[in-house]
Amino acid sequence: MVIEVHNLNYSFGSGALTQPVLKGVNITIQKGEIVLMTGPSGSGKTTLLTIIGGLRQASNGSVLILGQQLVNSTDRDKVKIRQQTGYIFQQHNLLKSLSALQNVCMTLEMQYDLTEKERQNRAERILTAVGLGDRLHHLPEALSGGQRQRVSIARALVGQPKIILADEPTASLDRQSGHDAVEILKQLAKESNTTILLVTHDYRILDIADRVVELEDGVVKAVQ
Amino acid sequence: MKFINAWYFPARLAWRQLIHDKPKLTAAISGVLFACVLVFMQLGFKDSLYASAASMPLKLNGDLFLIHQQSEAMWRPTQFKRSELMRALGHPAVVEVAPLYLSLTTFKAMDTQVKRTLIVYGYDPDTDLLDIEAIRKMKHALRIKDNVMFDEYSRPEFGPVRQMLEAGQNRTEVNDYKVTIVGIFQLGISFAADGNIVTSDLNFLRIFPNRSANDIDIGVIRLHPDAPIAQVKKELREQLNDFVRIYTYEEILEHERLYWENTAPIGFIFNFGTVMGLIVGMVIVYQILFTEITNYRFEFATLKAMGYQHGYFVRMVFASALILAVLGFVPGYLLSNSLYYLAESQIFIPMLMTPDKIITVFVFILFMCAVAGFLAIHRLKSANPADMF
Repeated sequence: MVIEVHNLNYSFGSGALTQPVLKGVNITIQKGEIVLMTGPSGSGKTTLLTIIGGLRQASNGSVLILGQQLVNSTDRDKVKIRQQTGYIFQQHNLLKSLSALQNVCMTLEMQYDLTEKERQNRAERILTAVGLGDRLHHLPEALSGGQRQRVSIARALVGQPKIILADEPTASLDRQSGHDAVEILKQLAKESNTTILLVTHDYRILDIADRVVELEDGVVKAVQ
Repeated sequence: MKFINAWYFPARLAWRQLIHDKPKLTAAISGVLFACVLVFMQLGFKDSLYASAASMPLKLNGDLFLIHQQSEAMWRPTQFKRSELMRALGHPAVVEVAPLYLSLTTFKAMDTQVKRTLIVYGYDPDTDLLDIEAIRKMKHALRIKDNVMFDEYSRPEFGPVRQMLEAGQNRTEVNDYKVTIVGIFQLGISFAADGNIVTSDLNFLRIFPNRSANDIDIGVIRLHPDAPIAQVKKELREQLNDFVRIYTYEEILEHERLYWENTAPIGFIFNFGTVMGLIVGMVIVYQILFTEITNYRFEFATLKAMGYQHGYFVRMVFASALILAVLGFVPGYLLSNSLYYLAESQIFIPMLMTPDKIITVFVFILFMCAVAGFLAIHRLKSANPADMF
């Protein structure tokens, strides 16, 4: 199991203002599985994703990611999980002063054992794989929305992560480029047997999933 | 290698982000440049003030010096009796004593007839009290009645004396007394007076009829070459009256320097200017770094979500500060260099761009940027990925 969440509770605020978001979430995802999570806004999808990605501290239940318990974990443990996770954001979240290639290289710059050349080559290969081989040195502002999201997919994948977490990656894209983007994501993930948990509202992309789960009112409700 | 990478990558990202926003980079560099020029000018004025204030005592040729204890600085001495200086001759190690007379007075410019204040030094030319070759060569001419020598480094308001001497014009008035300028020497001016004149002791008393040969301003004592100066000073201290102070050569230089640094508020003014320049520069750099972090906090949060740690961003902020320091310092140095040149040629204050001054200012600027970076770091806490996505 790559992701094992048991009885996870999470709430915002404290005291009388406590607002429970996750109420006993259970979800298990196997290696290589592509799982889509849908649900109305406010249902806690993003919150769950940030907990799994090691961005948010949970203090209740159990969240085992790649064998690492994230509930009440140290910063060090969370950073380790972040480094093994590729995160794709709702907005592309590219660094606007860096070219596409440099953006992708940012993932690899945490690995000091690579040479500059190796980093560049790997980034170039993955950008070519997402169909941006001719856009390597473009700044994000010179790319279209779909291209930007593909750069951010390349950035998430280039480090060969075990898990990809994607938070509504198609939300700001039109139908065609959204579909293209997740199609590429799926294809590359399947090649490397990467696990994907993708949060989305977008029912147009449900077809890429191995499994669809629904989060509603803080519980995983329907599993197809 | 690990250490290098740990700094190289954040520094490179800092650099890329800085050059991406050119208007902001220009503003930041201008801030550092401004601080840099301000500090350079303050230090330049201060150093040149001290240097020129010390130009006369630096040339004093003796082992021990007597001044009245009420003399605050050399340029406004209190006189004491010559007999007090003569008593020093009683010490076996003392070879020679000589009085130095000096006074502020007016000098009438030969071309414009305008009167301006300078200092007149008078001493027996045979004693060579000032160690200046040009004066030593003219000692015979100086002994003749009403002959004086003029300091070429005096302010230009006194007229182009050298050219006028070459043209044969050499008569003017000092303290409303007609004198003949027989030669030129080079000493340098201080904030106390705009020029210098040297003459014999007898001519000095002619120029200042109300001064007496018995009331001297500085007493110069020369010892046997192998006499222990500190020891002799101690023994003379016991013999002489309390109203004179005894200084060695180094001590009299120090006495003058401390006067300008502390007693005269001038040292404080320049130090204050330096500190203000650094504070203004620091605030500007801090402001730039702060808005930089604010603008980029989404990107920082993204990087944190990718696994970058706090230390990376701290190094990035310091790298930005360092880059700004260097980018601001280089044009700041060049501009200051031309301003030094301008100051030298326009207001005739010697401004030297010495290596230690360059290093001092660079260290100041570096320190200023580092402090700004240090203050800006707390803003990094705003880049928390959990709060942003």
